[in-house]
Amino acid sequence: MSRKVILCRCEDVTLADVEHAVAAGYADLEEIKRYTGFGTGPCQGKECLREVALAIAAAGARSPETIAPFTTRPPLVPTELGLLAGRAAPGKRRAGK
Amino acid sequence: MAEQVTKSRPTGAPLPANAEIAVIGAGVMGLALAYNLALLGVERVVVLDAHYLAWGASGRNGGGVRQQWSTEMNIRLMQESVELCAGFARELGINVWMRRGGYLFLARTAAARARLEKNVALQNRCDVPTRLVSPEDARAIVPELDVEGFEAACYNATDGIVFPWPFLWGYARAAGRRGVSIHTGTPVTAIEGAAGAFRLHTPKGILRAARVVCAAGAWSPEVALLADVALPDWPVRHEILSTEPLKPFLKPMVSVIESGLYFSQSLRGELVGGISMPEERGGAREIRLTSSLAFLQTMARALTEVMPVLAAVKVVRQWAGPYDMSPDGNPIVGEAPERPGFYVCCGFQGHGFMMAPVVARYYARALAGETPHTFFEAWRADRFTRSGPGPASGGERETMIIG
Repeated sequence: MSRKVILCRCEDVTLADVEHAVAAGYADLEEIKRYTGFGTGPCQGKECLREVALAIAAAGARSPETIAPFTTRPPLVPTELGLLAGRAAPGKRRAGK
Repeated sequence: MAEQVTKSRPTGAPLPANAEIAVIGAGVMGLALAYNLALLGVERVVVLDAHYLAWGASGRNGGGVRQQWSTEMNIRLMQESVELCAGFARELGINVWMRRGGYLFLARTAAARARLEKNVALQNRCDVPTRLVSPEDARAIVPELDVEGFEAACYNATDGIVFPWPFLWGYARAAGRRGVSIHTGTPVTAIEGAAGAFRLHTPKGILRAARVVCAAGAWSPEVALLADVALPDWPVRHEILSTEPLKPFLKPMVSVIESGLYFSQSLRGELVGGISMPEERGGAREIRLTSSLAFLQTMARALTEVMPVLAAVKVVRQWAGPYDMSPDGNPIVGEAPERPGFYVCCGFQGHGFMMAPVVARYYARALAGETPHTFFEAWRADRFTRSGPGPASGGERETMIIG
């Protein structure tokens, strides 16, 4: 277990996780997103989508040209509730104070 | 770690020629039904779905499982369903991330308070330990709440939340192991024939089925129409959002009666929640799964009003799913009167996910020939058209429909 390959850094999804999902019969990027949780963290797949798609193709589940990206969900970037509510965030400060 | 992998979705497997029971819809209801049928020894069960597992409302809901209802039928069913959820990981060998942190309902008006009082008394009679609590007591349970303007609250510590997706994988895998044939990406395009010899047309070929169950949630009316069965339920779009993960701080699911606001913290740490958008209730027949900025704004205002500290928390994702609404607020189950052998299981008002474990258990028993549970009479499919003796509606109207 020394060669752990992380594909999705937000949710710690590994190459082995994706291969396991393919072995379980999942082949669509949407299904594998749900089965492994990849692409559901702060980057929403912006960093890992391509890597996971390549891993699915390499595992033999799909040929690369048949793998469509998953549905992009708003907001485009993580957005504060206070901003969306038209309120200033209380005690707003930088991380680490 | 050597783990036994059973394919829950056999990629590219051919469609069988014959089924004893064909279930249309591989959401939690259809899969749970197929699993329960297999447990009872029913052979040749086939599940068909137009999309992939978790594409529909089963993959889009908030994951709440509660026993706080206004009707005895729903309270008793949900007591059993919550226990089934609690045993799911053991029974089906998959982690469903269940956390029993309770459900806290907050009421702003005296009218809502009176409703909660009545509900709590009924729940207590059914041995659900819900307590009516003051707004100050509510803040003792959730210290971050701003309880100004609230009249009352009620809290049941034995309610909880789950992560919905593993329920689908768990049921699909367990059903598959028991011989159920599950076909995603397989829409039914036409239904011909009659009881004993239905013919379901799909792009993968024709499936012959003795009986058919439509468990397609908000898509049920269009599926049933293929069999010339007219269903009165309609879809209402509900939106939901998820935040960045936070350190665990929020114990119960929190809900505000008047606005339909609800939110909880999942075991992954993120807050997940939604709210009523009254403009969605127009009765549109088409299902829209788009997201709106109006929802984000409405939700953000309501959330930061009841818990101001959340203003600094970031939303990472929003999505939508359909509630499957029925005219009298109760589900629609059983054999379609105009089409013997064609069964429906829909109209669950946005709480089909949490009811599926128990409803599927009794639905399967009825299909296997056992005495039907009393919900088959209360929620029977012909109640909207039937004249003559018997109740005109599906019994008492459930008022605890949230979101």
